[in-house]
Amino acid sequence: MSTSTRTLAVASASPEKERRAPFKQRLKEKPEYVLVPLIFVVGVSMWEFLTAALKVPAYILPPPSKIVSALVGHVQTPTFWENLGVTLQEIAIGYVIAVVVAFALGILISQVRIIEKAVLPYIVAFETIPKIALAPLFLIWFGFGLLSKIVMTAFISFFPILINVIEGLRSVDADKLEMMRSLGATKYQIFLKLRLPNAAPFIFAGLDLGIIFAVIGAVVGEFVGAKAGLGYQMLQYNYDFNVASMFAMLIVLSLLGIIGHTIVRLLKRKFAFWSSPSGH
Amino acid sequence: MAQTELKAAPSGLDPARWIDVDGATKIYTTRTGEKVQALTEVSLTVQRGEFVSLVGPSGCGKTTLLKILAGLIPHSSGSVSIAGKTVKGPQRSTGLVFQAPTLLPWRTILENVMLPVEVQRLDRAVYRKRALELLDMVGLGGFEAKYPSELSGGMQQRAGICRALVHDPEVLLMDEPFGALDAMTREYMNVELLKIWKESGKTIVFVTHSIPEAVFLSDRVVVMSPRPGKIEEVIDDDLPRPRELSVMNSPEAGVYTSRIRTYFNAEGAID
Repeated sequence: MSTSTRTLAVASASPEKERRAPFKQRLKEKPEYVLVPLIFVVGVSMWEFLTAALKVPAYILPPPSKIVSALVGHVQTPTFWENLGVTLQEIAIGYVIAVVVAFALGILISQVRIIEKAVLPYIVAFETIPKIALAPLFLIWFGFGLLSKIVMTAFISFFPILINVIEGLRSVDADKLEMMRSLGATKYQIFLKLRLPNAAPFIFAGLDLGIIFAVIGAVVGEFVGAKAGLGYQMLQYNYDFNVASMFAMLIVLSLLGIIGHTIVRLLKRKFAFWSSPSGH
Repeated sequence: MAQTELKAAPSGLDPARWIDVDGATKIYTTRTGEKVQALTEVSLTVQRGEFVSLVGPSGCGKTTLLKILAGLIPHSSGSVSIAGKTVKGPQRSTGLVFQAPTLLPWRTILENVMLPVEVQRLDRAVYRKRALELLDMVGLGGFEAKYPSELSGGMQQRAGICRALVHDPEVLLMDEPFGALDAMTREYMNVELLKIWKESGKTIVFVTHSIPEAVFLSDRVVVMSPRPGKIEEVIDDDLPRPRELSVMNSPEAGVYTSRIRTYFNAEGAID
């Protein structure tokens, strides 16, 4: 009887304590959950305050409030959604092409010695080209439409994926290879059961870089010459000194990158779980 | 495992020459074109169900000999056969355990143990049962769904042994399997290995550079010396079985150990 009353007393006292202690503890364990939003709020507030206090003209640096209202305004226009659709198409198609070609070429280069010897020097040479500088050429070759942007996007996101596919497929431990050979595994089995899964962490690192490069490629392509797209729209606002709207477009473009990056990270956690310290 | 007794040897095969190495040599050619003799005319026979250790300082060719038995490297001359079949490459009749567990981190323990079954396209349903029994036998029952990173080094190595045994090979070849473990775990694994040996009835060839380990485990200890690698002596180890770790404190064990050590000292090797 006395035991049950004691349990009751403890139970009624605990909610008060529990609400406070875990928060403090969580702050200790994961300070970023508090610190990151805090820095954001402080930074944006200072920005808002300083632009007002120093009377910075809006065509140089608009306060965050104006950027937000510009963004809210644009989101309600059909033009914005059309341009978003165009840029998304450029990124998606270009990225998929880059992934497919990089995988095919990466597998060939890492598995077939003669192809590696013949092709790899060119890959290394091409890698050193500042790829953005090719955008004006692509414009001449592929026109003002979607195609020149897709080519630019594919071209710029292709290299980090390719390099990581090659690195990953090559990075197999000698003793794991020997283990597979001792089982009598064929070259194809070694590829499928050892090399490919072993390469997964590298491949996802490449896919991650690739998606961010793809956004850059689409925007650069549109900057050089386009009829539509978020980069194109941003350039239009630039001509009008509408800096708040430029920032609004920039936020949307960053969001595209963040969403792509997050999707790749989620896929990585599912398919290459062993490479992250957080486990499965 | 209800496999204590040996299956009858296929007719026409001599169980006394289950592993038969006759005048095997190995000559490597280095990158500069120099020829290095890794093994000179090694001859050795191992009985079915026997536990034989190869000991010697580094460079004595013990691992080379094991890899020749595993079919991983070709011998230069002489003949090598296991269970009546000439070794020309990796074959189903051998299971190999490495110094590192070499488990694949993206596979669960059970999936790792099943790897040889997949590679050799054996009946998965049948061997899955066997894999689970093996895991039970080495004390990993209940760990089959874990990933290698969730297991200790000793447990990983035990999973590696299960993988080498799952396809029911004639011979288990072990290349310094406990060399990377701490001394306590190593002794424990030695006791475990004798249990596994007894229960599975496999023929075992065990490479080590630890003299006490070889004396504790083996029916015969093959002492090798380097430059060029050759067999110095084959010592019959008649310590009574079943053995416990305390057997190493007996005077007999001391005699074997010091006898083997004379060869090491002659080579100036310290172990």
